[in-house]
Amino acid sequence: MNPPAQATPNVSVEVRDLHKSFHGQEVLKGINLKTAPGEIFVIMGPSGSGKSVLLKHIIGLVEPDSGEILIQGESIASPDIRDKYRMAMVFQSAALLTSLSVGENVGIYLSEHRLYPPEEIARIVAAKLEVVGLKGEEERMPNELSGGMQKRVAIARALVIDPQLILFDEPTSELDPLMAVVVGEEILRLKNFTQATSIVVTHDRALAFGIADRMAMISEGEILLVGAPEEFKDNADPRIHDFIYAELPAPHAAAKRTDPIPPKL
Amino acid sequence: MFQNIGEIIILFWQTLRALPLAWHQRRKVVDQLFEIGNGSLMMVCILSLFIGGVLALQTGPELVKRGLSFVLGGMVGESICKELAPVLLAILIAGRSGSAMSAEIGSMRVYEEIDALRTMNIDPVSYLVLPRMLAIALALPTLVLFAIPVGWLGAAFISAINHQIAVSFNVFFQDLRDVVDAGDVANGVFKSFVFALAIGIISCHQGLITRGGPRGIGRSVTKAVVNSIVCILILDYFLTRFLIYVQK
Repeated sequence: MNPPAQATPNVSVEVRDLHKSFHGQEVLKGINLKTAPGEIFVIMGPSGSGKSVLLKHIIGLVEPDSGEILIQGESIASPDIRDKYRMAMVFQSAALLTSLSVGENVGIYLSEHRLYPPEEIARIVAAKLEVVGLKGEEERMPNELSGGMQKRVAIARALVIDPQLILFDEPTSELDPLMAVVVGEEILRLKNFTQATSIVVTHDRALAFGIADRMAMISEGEILLVGAPEEFKDNADPRIHDFIYAELPAPHAAAKRTDPIPPKL
Repeated sequence: MFQNIGEIIILFWQTLRALPLAWHQRRKVVDQLFEIGNGSLMMVCILSLFIGGVLALQTGPELVKRGLSFVLGGMVGESICKELAPVLLAILIAGRSGSAMSAEIGSMRVYEEIDALRTMNIDPVSYLVLPRMLAIALALPTLVLFAIPVGWLGAAFISAINHQIAVSFNVFFQDLRDVVDAGDVANGVFKSFVFALAIGIISCHQGLITRGGPRGIGRSVTKAVVNSIVCILILDYFLTRFLIYVQK
């Protein structure tokens, strides 16, 4: 990962025939997909389908058994290539360092790499917190924040490196529906603000259809479909159809909205 | 087991390689020093006072019966500084600080905080392991230096007030001065330095390999403490052999 730069050209990501097994169990069975620069690409699928493992491959936290990941056409197998691009990840649990304040969490990349003097880091941190609507919250500790606020701090921490690629792992999990909408809007706003490429992993149908430019559906370690959100709504594959239109049986269904897929945010 | 030993050696090597970054991590080192050193001071005082007392109580009457009360100060003094203070304090610190290290790092591992550091190109070894290793390597020998005279005082006090022993402070410390020299104290301090490195690296390694939620954290803490204590006792034998050989 390089130091933050002013210009933020977005990047394309390509995954080629990616395989990964844990303890003899194949989690990813030859994943192929490609994202365009600057788009929000949503990877959707049920729990345990291999979405998060795929994301961890892209950021370099997990090494593949075979296959490769290319950023702007260059394989990230080499650490030099991986470090050439500014990538950030917003974890499912937010993964804030609980012993540090909000300000220290957001500025940790800059302070640990000694990129700027403390006053400049404080200024950058304040600016990034303002972007996610948390102006003046630098001194609070992570355990004093709600789940949604923690996610937004994690997004601010990701923004500090001025990323070309942001990966979101289940950004709305453990959030109430209202806060999930706020986080979804935040991701859309960041697309316009940073022009970075975003890859969002989720099983939240409302979020996926609300923010995606393009989507992929993954199930049991295999990609079922890649395309525009509309292609998913009309797809006849029962695995896709069942995931998208799954509802509680009547009479509970009567209390639910009739259309499980909301309009785009 | 062999895989763990290999990983611990590699982690120790990585920590040594991160040493040039120590100055940058000084704030964390000071925080850890406060936690390990200052936080354990009262417990160390109580422990060493009673170790000295018990040692005097166990050996004093037997020596008196054989007319050897004049050697009590030297015998107890040397036992405390060469053996009991470094070993028992290391066990205390393994239980108190080693467990805290593995729990904290283990929880960071389970809740993806370490993964988050890695995505930001922040090396968990220099950020988490190095400050803890430096702090424990400074704190434990310092605590031992402090515990030795407290242990002597405990032994001298019990020797003076116990009617079966009745060895005065003057006699006790006169013999202690004759027998114990700076080399003996250095012997104990050196042992405690090696024990500190063992506790630190075992506990940090156990934290870094934690898997599987709160139960995994609990398992890591138990393993860190048990492995550290076993390692301390094994190392103690070999260090004693080594120091006897060196002092010949």
